[in-house]
Amino acid sequence: MSKIGLIIEREYKTRVLKKSFILLTLLTPILLVAVMLVPLWLSTIKDDTEQHIVVIDKSGLYEAALQNNETYTFDFTNRPIDTIRNSQQGKNELTGILYISGNLATDTAQVILYSDKQAKVETVDYLSGLLNKYVEDQKIASYNIPNLREMMENARTDINITTVKWDEDGKEKESSAELALIIGMISALVIYMFILIYGGQVMSGVIQEKTNRIVEVIVSSVKPFELMMGKIIGIALVGLTQMLLWVLLTVGLSSILGGNLLATSDMNDLQTISGMQAGQPVPSGDNIAAEIYGMLSGYDFVQLLVMFILYFLGGYLLYASLFAAVGSAVESETDTNQFSLPLSIPIIFALYAAIYSAQNPDGPLAFWCSLIPFTSPIVMLVRIPFGVPAWQLILSFAILVLSFAGTTWMAGKIYRTGILMYGKKSSWKELWKWLTYRTR
Amino acid sequence: MLQVNHVSKQYAGHKALDDVSLHVPAHSIYGLLGPNGAGKTTLIRIINTITGPDSGEVLLNGRRITPDDALHIGYLPEERGLYKKMKVGEQALFLARLKGMSKNDALKALKYWFEKLEIQAWWDKKVEELSKGMAQKVQFITTVLHEPELLILDEPFSGFDPVNAELIKKEILALRDKGTTIILSTHNMASVEELCENISLINQSHIVLQGNVEEIRAAHSTNTFLLATHDTLAAENLATEGIVITPQNGKNKLNRYAISKPADMSNNKLLGLLLDNCSVTSFEEVLPTMNEIFIKTVSK
Repeated sequence: MSKIGLIIEREYKTRVLKKSFILLTLLTPILLVAVMLVPLWLSTIKDDTEQHIVVIDKSGLYEAALQNNETYTFDFTNRPIDTIRNSQQGKNELTGILYISGNLATDTAQVILYSDKQAKVETVDYLSGLLNKYVEDQKIASYNIPNLREMMENARTDINITTVKWDEDGKEKESSAELALIIGMISALVIYMFILIYGGQVMSGVIQEKTNRIVEVIVSSVKPFELMMGKIIGIALVGLTQMLLWVLLTVGLSSILGGNLLATSDMNDLQTISGMQAGQPVPSGDNIAAEIYGMLSGYDFVQLLVMFILYFLGGYLLYASLFAAVGSAVESETDTNQFSLPLSIPIIFALYAAIYSAQNPDGPLAFWCSLIPFTSPIVMLVRIPFGVPAWQLILSFAILVLSFAGTTWMAGKIYRTGILMYGKKSSWKELWKWLTYRTR
Repeated sequence: MLQVNHVSKQYAGHKALDDVSLHVPAHSIYGLLGPNGAGKTTLIRIINTITGPDSGEVLLNGRRITPDDALHIGYLPEERGLYKKMKVGEQALFLARLKGMSKNDALKALKYWFEKLEIQAWWDKKVEELSKGMAQKVQFITTVLHEPELLILDEPFSGFDPVNAELIKKEILALRDKGTTIILSTHNMASVEELCENISLINQSHIVLQGNVEEIRAAHSTNTFLLATHDTLAAENLATEGIVITPQNGKNKLNRYAISKPADMSNNKLLGLLLDNCSVTSFEEVLPTMNEIFIKTVSK
């Protein structure tokens, strides 16, 4: 035990203290938080430059609609456009000339904004908003129906279906199919990435030891199986460490930065903007938070996390031992293709299966792929947020455990022979022979 | 101390070892010789319990060897390396602890050896910064650090300059004098003559020659002698006895002759005959070198 501990310790220490590991572990959360927060931050920066607009209102109806405020100043004039344009040439003081040629209530296209530069969307939105509101009010007033505005507000409807999931005790849980999809896909993607990246690290670690010729020194002190398992476990711990640090750093950073950002900005503003764009009524900030919280609390995060770690470890052990066997069979990293391709294909297939399973989490593809051990670690993770019967979970995990015990045993036999084989081009036939060698 | 009894090992397609037996006496240096691919490495791996024999047994101090015994064996493989990215000191410490040493003992022993071989300055260097010879020194230290009872050295001198090779040779002899049993596998026959008491020569999975180095050389005697004399030796005087005399290049007014005698004539008889014909200044038997014996035995 102490020896396998030493090997785990060495694998872990040398990898965690590597500059590339530290850099990647620190930078990824910063990048992630930046991707999430920078757009939010940018949207809070207001453009405070004053907008000066000359209005030529041929209809003479809209002077009341266009009121000056902090940002926008309107000048009403009857001079021809060309005169204004020539007098302003190269001065850059004017945002644009708003030319209203007729009654907008009858023809909404009778308004044009001229400017030297392409007019900003924000400006156009603001102007059309003002005019819309004014014309709308005028129309409503022209119907001469009392309280018409209130009636219209009342008539406005927005259906919002809440999905509720019954758990095993029959209790109701608020849920969201979209959220389940997002949580499932993220966990599946993370497992996919970690199996490929860390499985690959196991393989190149084994190849390094073999080409370095250090392996013979080490197996004279420890059993080859201990060396292999030590490496696999050590690298698994490196993976878990990285994952943990990413989660902690991302959550920490985003709560510190995000908190500051939201405190300084006007949350309602943001929502008004997004709400207007989507053409939907705007729920207040408290409502959204409560809604998300309600949906999140519909998931048993402890169960999700436990399942995530179990399937991550199971899937990783299954593949890592096979990667180790491949590493032991080749002479250099460039020779790995013929063996590592059959390993990567099921992993990549699993990701596609996971994407389709997310559309139909209880369909036959999802069901079978979440039982087959080579795809279950990825596919099952997509299904879990949608709810999976306990017997399927248990069966799938049992198969996974049995399979990784089997592959580890097989890999151990190939590894034992492979690491001490030099100068021999290995083939599948050769590997089979190694597998069937009699143990002492 | 170490006994290998009738060990055979079959790999798919070919027999690596066929009924190999040998006995390594305690506190001696034992030469394990043989051409490339003869099965030496397989035998060494079996002694190290890295692989097991198909049949036969290996006894250490009279007991069947177990993987735990590997802790008392130091093994310097021919194909040896170190982790390139690790620091020399850390790496030596890691290897020592794999051999079951405690951290403190290992540090103490490492300090002793690093000072002895004057490489303290390398402690914090990465292995990839070392030259081949430097790395070999570190590997030698990690092999002997845990004071093994049995030391297996496979080509220990390769990669060393003559000065360092001599240094390592001295350390090997010192270890033997302290009571370590050493198996030396090498193609360098001069060092075999110099260091080994007994040898086994393996060729094509079989032991083809085994025994005490001096006895083997005597047994391979070509009955050739070198005679130095101030007189002139007439070849025809002794030809009737079956003695062939070939003049050699002399110097300092001494004449030298290579003399070969029939196998059934004793050395004393020959000397007597020679004394009758000249006054002998020096007379010595020319034994074949291990190199000659090796080539002769293997190419048989």
